[in-house]
Amino acid sequence: MLQIPIQQPVEMVTTRMNPHVHPHLHVWGYEIPTYLFLGGLVGGILILSSLLGFMAKKKGKQVSPVVAWMPLVSLGLLSVGMLFLFLDLSHKLYVWRFYTAFEWTSPMSWGAWILLIVYPVGFLLSMNLLSEKGREKVVAFCPMKRLGMKSPLKALADWAAKRSEGLLTTGMFAGIALAIYTGILLANNGGRVVWSSALMGPLFLASGLSTGAAFFLLFRSREEEHSSLLRLDIIAIIAELVLLFLLFLGYGTSGTGGHSALSNFLGGPWTAPFFGLVVFLGLLVPLGMELYEKKHHAVATRLVPILVLIGGFFLRYVLVASGQAISIAQVTVH
Amino acid sequence: MKKIRYGMVVDTRRCVGCKACVFACKSENKVPEGFCRDWIVEEVRGFFPDLKAEIRSERCNHCSKAPCVSNCPTGASHFAEGGVVLVNHNKCTGCKACMAACPYDARYVHPEGYIDKCTFCLHRVKEGKDPACVSVCPTKTLHFGDLNDPDSEVSRLLKTREWKVNAPETGCEPNVYFLV
Repeated sequence: MLQIPIQQPVEMVTTRMNPHVHPHLHVWGYEIPTYLFLGGLVGGILILSSLLGFMAKKKGKQVSPVVAWMPLVSLGLLSVGMLFLFLDLSHKLYVWRFYTAFEWTSPMSWGAWILLIVYPVGFLLSMNLLSEKGREKVVAFCPMKRLGMKSPLKALADWAAKRSEGLLTTGMFAGIALAIYTGILLANNGGRVVWSSALMGPLFLASGLSTGAAFFLLFRSREEEHSSLLRLDIIAIIAELVLLFLLFLGYGTSGTGGHSALSNFLGGPWTAPFFGLVVFLGLLVPLGMELYEKKHHAVATRLVPILVLIGGFFLRYVLVASGQAISIAQVTVH
Repeated sequence: MKKIRYGMVVDTRRCVGCKACVFACKSENKVPEGFCRDWIVEEVRGFFPDLKAEIRSERCNHCSKAPCVSNCPTGASHFAEGGVVLVNHNKCTGCKACMAACPYDARYVHPEGYIDKCTFCLHRVKEGKDPACVSVCPTKTLHFGDLNDPDSEVSRLLKTREWKVNAPETGCEPNVYFLV
């Protein structure tokens, strides 16, 4: 006789009373999404500074001061991000252990070393893009210079000023590595159905580019740079929307785990924050406003980049929080 | 001779959920109050009166392809003797990458900051004893031994009884088996 499978209700009681073991109660709090947001933002800034540097050099021009100073300023943002990383650690005195090992299977280990590379690259990139006057301002900050000693910063700044395409290419690759690893960090967790997708890396890269462009747009740059940044932001936002669509498509076609991830966003607890703060406020509204600005040569407003930055933060917050709430062992029937 | 691969077999037909394993573990390993390295899951399925119940004593699965080990950025999570997954407290930064990676949610942050979990009581096993949970189980639900030894009690149970593992689709190759 043909047996009709019936969806059976399941009641589970567990003595596991520890909130620290239950991921839906806590693995990572606000600190990690904040770091992922700032890391992606800095990655985007490095990529865009290098790109604008290339474009200016092609025309035999110098980039505007905003673009030239931005890689250096972004290192401050990265330091704030690293502070949040440090705050998240529960065994803080052992933070130095990140730099006594390189575990090639661990994206977090890659990230720790990428962060170390980004600092000198960001500094040298700014030194390359700044005018001589700007470089002198930076070198003047060196305490050794103030003590009348020979400043190593001066030698580095002079070295960077003489480099051209090699340094810009390095800046671009360092930015890509920084932005993309923040997504791979989540994607590498096969047991977490929301994160376990190869699209996480490209998604975080696109978002990093978009937030990086938005950060530039908060300040006044040259007209042609503003126009390029606007165009790049529009492309990055469209790429983000396409990647999010593909991510959801992937959830829908990948069995019980994927369906559970999807229901998290379609009718589940994260529906309103995701569609309200990320998709509508952070992507669709700024995209519409940017397209309008581009088409009608409307006056730029700071509201657009602010919305993009809010959307970029909440994309990470929603994905981190919802992702750790469901593990594959919870959603599959034994 | 094959390398030792320690594993545990939990007979769900025998388990009554008395929690002796939980308390033995807490006592043996000085697990701080409010935390646990092993726990009981009571699962009831179906519509009354057609119900099906299963009681499982669960813990870290000491997976052969442990994602907690591959995701650890400092090498604190590592494979020790017999494939047992341990955490070196002096290398652990408390970054929680292993907690995020573990599909079984078997790890917790110890109040001292490092990440803690079941060790299969390797300190006892090295002395030729069973893990604390196995040694106190009053219904002989828990069995421990070398899965690579065809004559061990655990291997024989797996050869003669039907079994399952939790979430095999993770591909982690867990080493805690449940007899059904």
